[in-house]
Amino acid sequence: MFSDYTQGIMIIACINMIAVLGISVLTGFTRLFSFGNAGFMSIGAYTSALLTAKMGMPFIPAILVGILFAGIAAYLLGSLTLKLKGDYFLITTLGFGEMVRVLFNYIPITGGARGLSGIPKYTTLPIAVICLVLAVIIAWTLIHSKYGRNFTAIREQEIAAESVGIDITRSKKMAFVFSAMFAGWAGALYAHNLMFLSPMMFNLAKSAELTITVVIGGLGSLTGSIFGSLVVTLLPEIFRSLANYRMFLYGLAVVLIIILRPAGLFGYREFSIRKSIAFVKAAPGTITALLKGKSSKDKMEARK
Amino acid sequence: MTPVLEIKNVTKNFGGVRAIDDFSVKIEPGKIHGLIGPNGAGKTTIFNNITGILTPCNGTIIFDEKEITGKKPHEIAQYGIGRTFQNIRLFSNLSVLQNVILACSMDAQYNLIDAFIRSPRYRRMEKQISEKAMSLLESVGLDGNCDEIASKLPYGHQRKLEIARAIALNPKLILLDEPAAGMNADESAELVGFILEIKERHEFTVLMIEHHMDVVTNLCDYVTVLNFGKTIASGTPAEVKKNEHVIEAYLGGAEGC
Repeated sequence: MFSDYTQGIMIIACINMIAVLGISVLTGFTRLFSFGNAGFMSIGAYTSALLTAKMGMPFIPAILVGILFAGIAAYLLGSLTLKLKGDYFLITTLGFGEMVRVLFNYIPITGGARGLSGIPKYTTLPIAVICLVLAVIIAWTLIHSKYGRNFTAIREQEIAAESVGIDITRSKKMAFVFSAMFAGWAGALYAHNLMFLSPMMFNLAKSAELTITVVIGGLGSLTGSIFGSLVVTLLPEIFRSLANYRMFLYGLAVVLIIILRPAGLFGYREFSIRKSIAFVKAAPGTITALLKGKSSKDKMEARK
Repeated sequence: MTPVLEIKNVTKNFGGVRAIDDFSVKIEPGKIHGLIGPNGAGKTTIFNNITGILTPCNGTIIFDEKEITGKKPHEIAQYGIGRTFQNIRLFSNLSVLQNVILACSMDAQYNLIDAFIRSPRYRRMEKQISEKAMSLLESVGLDGNCDEIASKLPYGHQRKLEIARAIALNPKLILLDEPAAGMNADESAELVGFILEIKERHEFTVLMIEHHMDVVTNLCDYVTVLNFGKTIASGTPAEVKKNEHVIEAYLGGAEGC
């Protein structure tokens, strides 16, 4: 149906969206910033890659173990650091991401800096799409349950959240583990798409990209995050001919969006088909109403 | 009658500053208890010690016959102490209704699996919560504003919303930190009526910090006056107003003049 190139981009877009959804829950809804999610991605990626390539484990269990390991790492890290206030927490995640990268560089089984090859190709477009749909459903349900509400309460006003009985440390840990598991999931799919892993793929720039995507899409909007990652994944491909200016344009776009739309493309709103249809339907009505209003005004003036 | 809240010999130091000095008080159920005193007397510090934001250096706090000294803020809220803040702390980007719904998290006794499969239990509880939130907003007279963004509400309504949010915990005790701050005489008179009415309807006890003496006189059954972290007088508002220590603290002593 699609050319290999298009399929490849679509798979990457799906994978990015899964990782970005995790950050969206963490940063968009709980207002915790993590610059270490590439680290969780690499944990998911290497776990799943090694389990399938070296131990012959089937794809789905390997992914699940990858997700689980990323989650456990986040749980342990979060238990240590989530009591820290904003910026301090961010710095610990940054340190963690770098630590994982360096670790994978030195452990022999990962192939170190030369990379790990021979990973079976399992991530096809249908699988990536199914994973994305699942991820969206999971994130959506979580955000629209009391757990998501507790996250939002922390984002809006931490002290007030505590005063209405929300265990903020527990909620923060939950959001953090959740985002790490999504990162691990994305990482595992990534490994089985590229069939090659190197620790350099999961550097600080990757973590930053994930967070920037959420900021562009709108902090506090899942659909915004999905749209944002579509923009961030596709723009560089569209500008591929401008290879050297890609990162420049990307940076420019981010700065412009932050200046022009500080709340991100979607702000706090979610995209809703029903609302959009209502808007489109209402448009002619509004115009005729305006015209009528004008004509009745004319009549009134004529009467005078 | 056993008191709802009993504070026994609580002391709180910030470095070398003794913000609260051997403070004790008993709050009787169903009463409105006032906490007054000049700026910096330690009133809000007492609130923060009760609600677990701060931990007292010494002394014990007993709520509803359970010791709550040193518990975490959310645990204390779960025991049934609601509070409002001196500088209003709403979930400002959310709607009025969401503000109250967020405060009902304790009523949502479902787990993650219920949430993911949208089990009957999940649906039932979520329905109950939105109904409860709506009826709470009705009882504070904000049901017409439920879709408005909290920070866009007029000041007086924000105060009411904060109180509604505190009531959502089904609290036995509500701590009001200067509910009439920034209000003129008419507005504070309205607030007095509002608090009395809502207290009758939801049956809680009130401990409040207030500077407006007319509000204190009209609302409080009992008043404790603080200065420099110490209780300098207590009694009914009428008694307290005549107390010479109180007059001295507020107006300055004879040697001050």
